[in-house]
Amino acid sequence: MEFLLAIMTGILYAAGLYMMLRRSLVKLIIGLIMISNGANLLIFLLGRITKGNPPIIEESSDVFTSIYADPLPQALILTAIVISFGLQSFAIILVKRAYKVVKTDDLDEMNTLDEEI
Amino acid sequence: MMQQLLLYPLLWQLLMSIVLMFAWRHINVQRVMSILGSVIGLVLSGILFYKVLVSGTQTIQAGGWEAPFGITFVADTLSATLVLLTSIAGLAVSSFSSASIIPARLKFGYFAIFHFLLLGLIGAFLTGDIFNLYVWFEIIIISSFVLITLGGEKAQIEGAVKYFTLNFLASIIFLTAIAVLYGLAGSLNMADLAILIPQIENRGLVEVAAILFLVGFGIKSAVFPLYFWLPASYHTPPSAVAAIFGGLLTKVGVYALIRVFTLLFVDDVFIDEVLMVIAILTLFSGAIGALVQKNMRKVFSYLIICHIGFMIAGLGMFTELAIAGAIFYLIHDIVVKTNLFMISGLIYRIKGSNNIKSLGGLYKEYPKLSLLMTIPFFSLIGIPPLSGFWPKISLIIASFNTENYMVLGAVIFASVLTLIVMAKLWSEVFWKNPADLPKRDHFLYFSKMTTTRKLQMLLPIVFLTGVSLYIGFGAESVQQLSTRIAGELMNKQQYIDAVMPKS
Repeated sequence: MEFLLAIMTGILYAAGLYMMLRRSLVKLIIGLIMISNGANLLIFLLGRITKGNPPIIEESSDVFTSIYADPLPQALILTAIVISFGLQSFAIILVKRAYKVVKTDDLDEMNTLDEEI
Repeated sequence: MMQQLLLYPLLWQLLMSIVLMFAWRHINVQRVMSILGSVIGLVLSGILFYKVLVSGTQTIQAGGWEAPFGITFVADTLSATLVLLTSIAGLAVSSFSSASIIPARLKFGYFAIFHFLLLGLIGAFLTGDIFNLYVWFEIIIISSFVLITLGGEKAQIEGAVKYFTLNFLASIIFLTAIAVLYGLAGSLNMADLAILIPQIENRGLVEVAAILFLVGFGIKSAVFPLYFWLPASYHTPPSAVAAIFGGLLTKVGVYALIRVFTLLFVDDVFIDEVLMVIAILTLFSGAIGALVQKNMRKVFSYLIICHIGFMIAGLGMFTELAIAGAIFYLIHDIVVKTNLFMISGLIYRIKGSNNIKSLGGLYKEYPKLSLLMTIPFFSLIGIPPLSGFWPKISLIIASFNTENYMVLGAVIFASVLTLIVMAKLWSEVFWKNPADLPKRDHFLYFSKMTTTRKLQMLLPIVFLTGVSLYIGFGAESVQQLSTRIAGELMNKQQYIDAVMPKS
């Protein structure tokens, strides 16, 4: 399971980076989304995956007696997902505006700022 | 009551942004409320600063959860000073923007987002939890995205695409670094991490995490190879927005670098050397970049990059004196850079342009105003006894002591080039005969404004110039403050004890 997730994370990072290096604005956004999902998976993976042991203390004892799944990475991922949702929706609107105003989705042509004084 | 004192500046900004949203369409109400609210915010941060100065580091455990488990808010002297400076810059920009930004922009909730940005900045300075720091960074960038695109002009949208992409990427790298760190240490509390990290056996991965933090915060603070988004975007939004960005947004990255590399990853020779190389290259490239620009705000954008180098150099040398110099420079830089962008905004309102080539004759038309502007210009260059001079002494002495002659050379080179850039700017904008600028229709010229609006633009500049003068002439007290901060940063046990009293 860990092995599979590690590969997945690597693919997401690599594919995201590749997409970001393309010139299209839409691909840029897709690349950003992929990398941020990769980061979420990485937190999940590095938080140590424990199967079938929810972090609930049994009635008979006061503390954890056996190994348990760490709930914190999931809370972190949830926060990160919510934040990246907000940012991604902003990004999509921004790209739409940029396409309307600049009339191109080629990042290389977005250089009017450098030409004008 | 006094226990929660730490949270008041934070909660006040949150309250301000909520209340301002109720007055969405009433711009005049928003203007008055924002200025008054910023005054109260300044008072609250002042009280917090005084409290920290008198009785040492303040902490609060959110929700009553003990330190390594809950989120801790920590106000040591560095955090309290930066919160105070944020409130000072916030007050100035709040007043300046109520006059200089056109009502059409203000109608889209400018002030509410502005106070939300201040909330994020104060939160980032006060938090003692590395993941919470990430959340505050997100609050900062999301409100800065709104501020940078508000108005939706072509240049703004283009700048925003670049600004957005690199800042989003920086956040993801920061998040990756947190993931690696959590996997290694199993904690997120910075004080707890400071204890755990030296015990980790896998030093290679610790180094990887440190480099990831360096890259993430490096993009945010615009250091050498990662700064290209800054000059591409900072001259596009209205100057009031650029003032708060230039004054504070890159500095929050520097703060995070200082915090992480004095608390978590210390005694790491490799990182220190990387930091020093970065600092030297940042000083060079920023100064040379500023030399060739023709837009006033682009010049200032490159000077921001250049002067980030001073702080990174101080952090890289890692002696108490060097860090004191870096902190002093940070204090000076927040005030001066905010002021510089407001001045560029004022010139834009007077002349209708920010192009150095077509500006001119400002000294003839506004002699008193020009004399006022020389003070922040001179403190930026570091002409004694103004504020930029004193931290450079500390940095130069520190580089002699640690025998880093390259840093010494870069510091002097960047100072000289700043002088040349400012001298060129002065002779072009203030002395040269003006070119004929076309009169722009529907443009809010400074001369057409009412007296109240004029004062709202001028007073913040006077106010920040006064603060600069205080930093320059009261350098002894600021130096003592910086030395105290540097002492606290070098002795991390003090921070750990404040957060977790029992250990």
